[in-house]
Amino acid sequence: MRRVAIVGAGMTKFGERWEDSFRDLILEAGMQALQSANMKGDDIDALYGGTMAAGRLIGQEHITALIADYMGLNPIPATRVEAACASGGVALRSGYLAVASGHHNNVVVGGVEKMTDVSVSDATTALGGAGDQEWELFMGATFPALYALMARRHMHEFGTTEEQMAAVSVKNHANAAKNPYAQFQKEITIEQVMKSKVVASPLKVFDCSPITDGAAAVILAPLEEAKKYTDTPIEIVASTQASDTIALHGRDSLTSLKATRIAAEKAYKTANVTVKDIDVVEVHDCFSIAEIIATEDLGFFKKGEGGKAAEEGRTALNSDISVNTSGGLKGCGHPVGATGIKQAVEVVWQLTGKAGKRQVDNAEIGMTHNVGGSGATCVVHIMKRC
Amino acid sequence: MEMGSPMSWRMIPERYGLIGTRCENCGTNYFPAREVCKKCRRKGKIVPMKYSGKGKIYSYSLVASPPRGFELEAPYFIAIIELKEGPLITGQLVETENEDVKIGLPVSVVFRRIQASGEEGLIHYGFKFKIDRK
Repeated sequence: MRRVAIVGAGMTKFGERWEDSFRDLILEAGMQALQSANMKGDDIDALYGGTMAAGRLIGQEHITALIADYMGLNPIPATRVEAACASGGVALRSGYLAVASGHHNNVVVGGVEKMTDVSVSDATTALGGAGDQEWELFMGATFPALYALMARRHMHEFGTTEEQMAAVSVKNHANAAKNPYAQFQKEITIEQVMKSKVVASPLKVFDCSPITDGAAAVILAPLEEAKKYTDTPIEIVASTQASDTIALHGRDSLTSLKATRIAAEKAYKTANVTVKDIDVVEVHDCFSIAEIIATEDLGFFKKGEGGKAAEEGRTALNSDISVNTSGGLKGCGHPVGATGIKQAVEVVWQLTGKAGKRQVDNAEIGMTHNVGGSGATCVVHIMKRC
Repeated sequence: MEMGSPMSWRMIPERYGLIGTRCENCGTNYFPAREVCKKCRRKGKIVPMKYSGKGKIYSYSLVASPPRGFELEAPYFIAIIELKEGPLITGQLVETENEDVKIGLPVSVVFRRIQASGEEGLIHYGFKFKIDRK
């Protein structure tokens, strides 16, 4: 297997992009990534694209053929990857494997979702497809409800509080306020989170990531050729993935994602690093409780202590571990298929010193953690400055 | 999601009759039914098994923002129930006030309308759970 580097990265501003279509968004992110790698279309050998629900949200399937067409990349192979909210992360892993294997040389990987062309209710229903349609969604469960069931159990087993969950959202908004690409560039308070409308108890509106339009893209190349395109390549030193039951009720535990634990363990081993070596991490905080569980499962904190750590500010920018400097899914926004790629873009910017006001001091090693559904897919990447 | 008649009909044994499966090789019970044992895989011996519908609340949430098709019932409780025979299952709690619900309370299955396909469409029935009163 060859060593692989990210040589270009780009993303759109996340938010309600009424003026822009699906194809406008991915084109904007894709061209930005190509430019940052100083590449032309002819340099690209293959395209991988992550999107979860374009068919349900805009009626368009076959999206990577459309992207290759509109980016002027025909006739390269263009492949769609779908793994619910982990579509972007799994697309990145597919691109990584294609370059690592030697089959393709330079690969563009994009993630995109256009979510605001339908009503919130239709978007929520489409996102429900990430769970078990016959045994969860049919019964009246929603995604907030599934994470609420995890939250309630976490509170029961470890004494985690609603205020501790609120602290996650407050921290992520504080980071988003420093990120010009974020959907919500605005700080919020614990009190505002606590007083926000209940969605599925104990989760409230400000515990939940929003509905977002956006796209992100990265360019991959073999490490040995990376300096041809950029002075600051970022090596992908681990790309791992694991799966678990599609339904939450099929799991061994509601307070830990086994797929995260397995993917993380393999990633640390492959990269030959420990959790202490990670300087910056983007975790999948689709709900505030998800960040608490992720920081435990990835090994930053002991099981049951993630809520307390968030409350004590140990996950804030330039603290013990800088978690979700982009603002995370909560603050930066969650265009589902784009999220896994956006996490990689943020880590690349952190490791190359381009993160502006949210820059982590001397960041050398970064990690991304992208989850599909309530934990049926998890993909982890570790990246390193060269 | 809109559910067609064939999809609804083929689920009648499980949804109406609580028929799941059991692996006679390792003794693991499965509800909903699984045809491949997660532990024994091809060595498993899967047979049908009727569940009692008795269990206790493992976790719960009051759903205030419902998905399409559940607007009239909101707010309602969704729970994960730990069945007496072992498996965890997702379902609604009925006839329950906020202050009644706690993790660990015993529940029994009840047969209810779950949802309908469109305004005049097929009604889909299935199980919900009710807290056992002393």
